[in-house]
Amino acid sequence: MESEVRLMKGNEALAHAAIRYGVDAYFGYPITPQSEIIETLMAQRPWQSTGMTVMQVESEVSAIHMVYGAAATGKRAMTSSSGPGISLMQGGISYLCGANLPCLIVNVMRGGPGLGTIQPSQADYYQAVKGGGHGDYKLFTLAPSSVQEMADFVSVAFDWAFRNCNPAMILADGTIGQMMEKVVLPPARPRLTDDEIAHKYPWAIDGARHSRIGSNRIASLELDAAVMEQRNCERQHKYELAEQNDARAEATLTADAEVLIVAFGSAARICAKAVDLARAEGLKLGLLRPITLWPFPSAYLREAAEHARGILCVELNAGQMIDDVRIAVESRILVEHYGRLGGAVFTPTEIVSAAKNIFKL
Amino acid sequence: MSVNTKDIVYHRPRLLTDNNMHYCPGCSHAAIHKILADVLSDMNLADNVIGIGSVGCSVFIYNYIDIDWIEAAHGRAPAVATAVSRLNPQKLVFTYQGDGDMASIGTTEIIHAANRGENITVIFINNSVYGMTGGQMAPTTPLGMKTVTCPDGRNVEQNGYPLPITDLLTRLPGTCFVSREAVTTYKHVLHAKKALRKAFQNTLEKRGTSVVEFVATCCSGWKMSPVEANEWLNTRMKQMKMGRLK
Ligand SMILES: Cc1ncc(C[n+]2csc(CCOP(=O)(O)OP(=O)(O)O)c2C)c(N)n1
Repeated sequence: MESEVRLMKGNEALAHAAIRYGVDAYFGYPITPQSEIIETLMAQRPWQSTGMTVMQVESEVSAIHMVYGAAATGKRAMTSSSGPGISLMQGGISYLCGANLPCLIVNVMRGGPGLGTIQPSQADYYQAVKGGGHGDYKLFTLAPSSVQEMADFVSVAFDWAFRNCNPAMILADGTIGQMMEKVVLPPARPRLTDDEIAHKYPWAIDGARHSRIGSNRIASLELDAAVMEQRNCERQHKYELAEQNDARAEATLTADAEVLIVAFGSAARICAKAVDLARAEGLKLGLLRPITLWPFPSAYLREAAEHARGILCVELNAGQMIDDVRIAVESRILVEHYGRLGGAVFTPTEIVSAAKNIFKL
Repeated sequence: MSVNTKDIVYHRPRLLTDNNMHYCPGCSHAAIHKILADVLSDMNLADNVIGIGSVGCSVFIYNYIDIDWIEAAHGRAPAVATAVSRLNPQKLVFTYQGDGDMASIGTTEIIHAANRGENITVIFINNSVYGMTGGQMAPTTPLGMKTVTCPDGRNVEQNGYPLPITDLLTRLPGTCFVSREAVTTYKHVLHAKKALRKAFQNTLEKRGTSVVEFVATCCSGWKMSPVEANEWLNTRMKQMKMGRLK
């Protein structure tokens, strides 16, 4: 399959990109606002074309442990859900990290807590980047702000996950999942063969222990505290390297920004419009959009905020990413939050007004 | 002293490792591991098998049986096995689970995996208690039995009825073979081996889900000597349907 230009929803683009990337397996359970992912996969019947396994399963708990099983055999496995389902997956995500297994988890966020609402939200930031489950672990967390990025981040996430033997997450929200845009789908590539997997990923279980040398188990249990500490340190070292090398951000009109807006995902799109409106009025607003939420692009942020006298952290939540923004600038600059909650969304004009009021522009 | 191999009438299963087992004296897990290793060796499956371990006393099974293992979270082995088997259809995939693991926290996973007829064998070790965490009541604990969390004996008012999970599994169209076995006597051991071999054969032939339940002892949990535990279980087995259930 060649590269192709299409008009489609973010959820649909992500599903098509997964097939084209050569993902081996998807396991999921329906929930709004992301059910188009499994529906698109089923409609495409990739088991007939690439051999990809697609299963609607009994719960998100089962889905994440199926991802664990597939990943343990070196396969590219993924799942997707929204808040209530992602919460159920937290134990499994911790096991994946504990066993150093790569996979992709997609969270198309909706408002919470509890059953909450099906409207878009960014309230799962903490859960995604601060370790939603037990133990010291991190997820490589990508925040798409367009349908194109919903497609592109599938390969970015899997490549990182397999390079680092750790799960990656695409943290989208209902707006990005549901809206339709032009998207360039990547050309298709074949799934890896079993021989290629055995060659590339010597840690993978292949059920043929006696015909090769190497690991023959995937596990996270270790009762010797010294050994367990060592394993944890190795994992943290991997995270330190990622923090140094793998952060991504996009800066718009930051060089002369008096007030810097920091926003991710769908909020960043609205903020981009707010910056345009403000500039038309002669107000020097700039925008830094973290693309990776973990590792957080602290160095990019410090650079973008060099001449700013204030930072406005705009989020569709009560103020979560603002913690990382404050840590990044070591609280040397005034950092304030502006947000809407529970599925409500701000307009560009509201953001400009907020910036004016808070920073007396 | 040299041993003439002609004189060897019995030897340890080839796939059983030299590691000392951590099991309490009289625990059925050790005997079942041995049967499992034996059947895998006999059927020449060492290069073609993926075992899914579970959380419970048998969590270290990967130290004792020398094949490829994946350690599943508590109760989730059938979900893990589903994915492993679907993505590696040429391999024999089996789970090894306790009654707390399979009949309590993992009820959803076992029912749905079996109902889909996943091509896996489920080895279910039913010792009536939670062994690893100190002998607490399990869904399978019989009425009247005392444990640390039902000190006056399990009663219906407080705890409800024991869950007949294996019998439920026979009702699902996805299961092709369900058998209840024991390792309390040599005769039972021979029978159990046959059942396990049959189950693995079904899995290799992709006939659906095979379940082999082992009614088992937990001397520490039951606070009995190995001899008492075996006797108690033999008496109890008289009230159970043993052998092939489906
Ligand atoms: C989510 C979760 N809850 C609780 C535990 C603690 N736990 C470990 S083993 C176990 C019970 C195991 O009992 P069973 O499955 O009957 O196996 P046995 O030890 O008797 O062989 C429990 C409750 C855990 N590891 N994970």
